[in-house]
Amino acid sequence: MTEAIQIDHLSYTYPDATHPALADVSLDIAQGEWVAIIGHNGSGKSTLAKNINGLLAPTSGQVTVAGLPLTEENIWDIRAKVGIVFQNPDNQFVGATVGDDVAFGLENRGMPRDEMIVRVDDALEQVNMSAFSSREPARLSGGQKQRVAIAGIIAQRPDIIILDEATSMLDPAGRLEVLQLIQALRERQSLTVLSITHDIDEAASADRVIILNDGAIKESGTPAEIFARGPELIELGLDVPFAERLKHALISRGINMPAHYLDEEGLVNYLWTLHSTM
Amino acid sequence: MNKLILGRYIPGDSWIHQLDPRTKLLASFYYIGIIFLANDWKSYLVMTLATFFMIWLSKVKLGFFLRGVRPMLWLILFTVLLQVFFTTGGKVYWQWGWLAITQFGLSNGAFIFMRFVLIIFISTLLTLTTQPLSLADAVESLLRPLRVLHVPVTELALVLQIALRFVPTLMDQTTKIMNAQRARGVDFGSGNLFQQMKAVVPLLIPLFVDSFSIAEDLATAMDARGYQGGDGRSKFRVLKYHRRDGVAAAGMIVLTGLLLLLRA
Repeated sequence: MTEAIQIDHLSYTYPDATHPALADVSLDIAQGEWVAIIGHNGSGKSTLAKNINGLLAPTSGQVTVAGLPLTEENIWDIRAKVGIVFQNPDNQFVGATVGDDVAFGLENRGMPRDEMIVRVDDALEQVNMSAFSSREPARLSGGQKQRVAIAGIIAQRPDIIILDEATSMLDPAGRLEVLQLIQALRERQSLTVLSITHDIDEAASADRVIILNDGAIKESGTPAEIFARGPELIELGLDVPFAERLKHALISRGINMPAHYLDEEGLVNYLWTLHSTM
Repeated sequence: MNKLILGRYIPGDSWIHQLDPRTKLLASFYYIGIIFLANDWKSYLVMTLATFFMIWLSKVKLGFFLRGVRPMLWLILFTVLLQVFFTTGGKVYWQWGWLAITQFGLSNGAFIFMRFVLIIFISTLLTLTTQPLSLADAVESLLRPLRVLHVPVTELALVLQIALRFVPTLMDQTTKIMNAQRARGVDFGSGNLFQQMKAVVPLLIPLFVDSFSIAEDLATAMDARGYQGGDGRSKFRVLKYHRRDGVAAAGMIVLTGLLLLLRA
């Protein structure tokens, strides 16, 4: 399996900051992998995302995306391969209508109009927004705008999608909808997903979770490995999934629970067997 | 805000609605130009009939057009009265010192009145039947020849498009900030002029700062989606002339001919 993103000793310091936002970060992400990066506010998550597609230039270190080293010359090739969905759906909506916005990235690449129409229709179909093609952004809900933003990215057919807190301004239903959409897309094509999030359920659905703390990688592992360290996570200013919290509440009431991480289904199964033995 | 008819769009699919926005824009300017050709009651009658025919074609209620005239009413009356009292010639009906109502004065007043109303009707017709977005497209397309003179037409078009797209967003934001400041005790729209002006500051500055942060987010998002400037971009939305646009142009030529024939 090839590496979609290779980050080699990356450091980044903002122009007038005293501390580096990222310090010596090394990270490999395989093609088709879903990696979630979690960390408290100001831990350098967004800075990392912007370093991957060259919106920020690393102070030191090297980033390689799909075999291309990130340099001045091939920055646009890399941006064609990496799509970022940002946090605020309102502020990333460029087009005057939904169709225009989805087409924006394609227009930038000078794609012929016939092909563009096919791609825009297809992308809107995938996010279930076909009926809204000529709507203006002011008349859409936050979740719908975010789906349009995702359509704008998938129309460009990128290899890598970065979700930079893309679900943070949505209600629980909208959040779930967006995550299911990304999951479905990933099943259809070999898509690498890097999701930067505060949402613990989003992190739980990833293949790998990376904890970023003060600009450095603190921990990396499967969600099960990471979430098993419940109290440690809370100390880092993070949350743990509901099942984990319930497990700790039960332990504090003297009920014997396994040390490893249980998801909701696992927890239900465990409690059920626990009950039947009593 | 809702009282202002000029600049509003009434959705529809009438013959006029379906015209190419470039045709509508050019025809409106042309029409306003030829209104000045009319100079007697016959030519004004032709223009009035033509205007009402177009309004009928647009299937928009006449009430919208009348409301469009309302904000301009005082200006119209003022101009008409000036014309009536200060034009001399023809039969004198009434005189007091240097003020006189004369035959020419009355007819001039009536013509000026018609001219105002027709110009407002036709510009209201343009904005009622054309989406702001299509108008922006039309402006871009019509300005395109200026690229020879190194006018950055595509950039201007993008600026226009983004500005139009953010009008409702910024309006919402304004309302939000106003309410937030009201909740903190700011009193908008009361007191003397100076106090009112001072009350606007807590609205204006956050709005200004907000615009900067939106601009930055938007620029980042555009960059990330591969925007490299106006050159080498293709277009998703294109305008096409149809047969009806030819019909509209022919209509304008016939109207001009008729006017030239009839005018005194």
